[in-house]
Amino acid sequence: MKECTVRECTIIKDKLTDLKEYKVADKFKDLKNEQKIEMLKRMFHIRYFEMEVEQFILKGQIYGTCHLYIGEEANAVGAMNAIRKNDWIVSHHRGHGHCIAKEADLNLMMAELIGKGNGYCKGKGGSMHIADMNTYNLGANGIVGGGMGVAAGAALTNKLQKNDGVVIGFIGDASTNTGVFHESLNLAAVWNLPLIFYCENNQYGMSTPIIKSTKIKRISDRKAAYGVTGVTIDGNNIVDVYNTVYHFAQLCREGKGPVLIEALTYRQRGHSKHDSQVYRTKDEVEQWKEYDPIVRYREYLIESGVLSEEEAKKVEDKAIEDIKAAAAFAEASPYPELSELETDVYAE
Amino acid sequence: MREIDYRDAIKEACIEEMDRDPKVFLIGEDIGVYGGAFRAYSGLLEKYGPERVINTPISEQAILGGAIGAALTGYRPIAEIMFIDFCGLAMDQIVNQAAKIKYMTGDALNVPMVLRTQGGAGRGIAAQHSQSLEAWFYHVPGLKVVMPSTPYDVKGLLKTSIRDNNPVVFIEHKMIYLTKGPVPEEEYTIPLGVADIKREGKDVTIFAYSNMVLKALEAAEELAKEGIDCEVVDPRTLVPLDVETLVNSIKKTNKVVVVSEAAERGSVASDIIAIINDSAFDYLDAPVKRVCGLNAAIPYNSKLEQACIPHKESIVEAVKLIL
Repeated sequence: MKECTVRECTIIKDKLTDLKEYKVADKFKDLKNEQKIEMLKRMFHIRYFEMEVEQFILKGQIYGTCHLYIGEEANAVGAMNAIRKNDWIVSHHRGHGHCIAKEADLNLMMAELIGKGNGYCKGKGGSMHIADMNTYNLGANGIVGGGMGVAAGAALTNKLQKNDGVVIGFIGDASTNTGVFHESLNLAAVWNLPLIFYCENNQYGMSTPIIKSTKIKRISDRKAAYGVTGVTIDGNNIVDVYNTVYHFAQLCREGKGPVLIEALTYRQRGHSKHDSQVYRTKDEVEQWKEYDPIVRYREYLIESGVLSEEEAKKVEDKAIEDIKAAAAFAEASPYPELSELETDVYAE
Repeated sequence: MREIDYRDAIKEACIEEMDRDPKVFLIGEDIGVYGGAFRAYSGLLEKYGPERVINTPISEQAILGGAIGAALTGYRPIAEIMFIDFCGLAMDQIVNQAAKIKYMTGDALNVPMVLRTQGGAGRGIAAQHSQSLEAWFYHVPGLKVVMPSTPYDVKGLLKTSIRDNNPVVFIEHKMIYLTKGPVPEEEYTIPLGVADIKREGKDVTIFAYSNMVLKALEAAEELAKEGIDCEVVDPRTLVPLDVETLVNSIKKTNKVVVVSEAAERGSVASDIIAIINDSAFDYLDAPVKRVCGLNAAIPYNSKLEQACIPHKESIVEAVKLIL
């Protein structure tokens, strides 16, 4: 079996720094170029989707709030490509990227964000509540940590059905300080559930840096408390994300879950719609942009001969076109009727 | 008809539904070899094995979160929270997750699950094990709330709750597990939202649920000796609520006493009175009287504990006040 090295990382002075190396099978190398390019397209979809959302914010069309995923794209796209289409995921409040990486309908997403009646949630959920059974997405969540128990429950379903499905529960760094993190990971551990808690450590819980809310340097060190496997990886390197998730998903499928993956990444934008970002410096943001996951992956694909500059440009242009179409669809969509107000409170 | 106790009626409902539908499973603390804190599940681990009688760590959030996740992906879990007081540990799962998922996802997801729990005072276990917290759940759109008072009702309503496609908060009362009552051997279910008139009468309506139905019946017997004929209306489910049966009873008696064990302030009883005001004001010949628990924690000492909640005498007194 071909192996590759995944660099376990830590952050020193806002820089990703190699800590140690471990070996996993290099499954990324086995991917067809077509899929490698598709992954780039998905990353562009997320990036341009979020940039379009920013435009809607400027135009005053995002009524509530939303949380942008710009800078974190390698996590969603790498992880989703490393699991099967019918593996469940649970997302969090910064969830647009997960939906798109799970191949949600861009039109319905954009329509929901601007409150249209034909959006994913009929205009009743907005940014934080998109779920899609067609893509095995059990939904984003407005409560930090709120989806962790749900993820464990979906993994319990896999175990009861004796199938080899795996569940990824996407969580953020700050959520690992909630009580439900402890309860859910312990429960998953004691039952060996096929669950990956994929912690996108984007360095901040709203304004509070993780180093001021958490004593340990690496969130994955919490693995010891639960008797599970855990690693910290460069979440802005999609190849590492892909190989790591693939490897641990296989372990979960063999009944050796759960797993805690900490992926170091960075949100390049503010926490939400309203954020003057007084808690961090422009220098810090610029430093992290040097690790931009899309720039890195694009260069990697070109350097490794998967596609040319021109082809990469075409992929990017197509993504922009798709997003513009989604925005136009959303703008042309109708607002919900008042008669919808009290439907969907209870099921028949 | 044979008579069985409330607790065995719960077990029978679980057995029948687990036999009928392989997607139904039990999950909760100490429900395995121990059979649940009140032994409602005794013998079920042996009968169904650990994959359908799932014993958990003491982790209320993970129990309910896990049940929600399993419900979203095809199962019909019956999650037990040992005491309703412990729901405080997991309110996010109940209020922000289970109750809201269907609505906020625009009907993309459903949460067909039962949260089985029990509440009420009377066992001398003080302020953290004796509360009547149904108002917490009654208040939240998206939850159904069931509070049966008899073995017949608990069985029929639990079966229906298991088949319901919504999160149902099924609240039993710790003081009535061993009460006996007629329960048919043949299968039956009871729809949610249909009240039962536990005693017919013409002079005063007593609206009561859960253990207070038994107290109201005792009060009605006492009052009958004095020639006062009470009608006892048991809604059986608080959400959905059978307003029609209550209003029809008030049309007949023109007087109503609302009884609830819960602390009075912000109680379901208070809301019932608002509903009566909206729906039956013109039929009333006297102000509606409320008989509730004190706005205090449930104390340990047995004399204090009994004085903290309604009882036969306080209901009798309230009825006489409005006659």
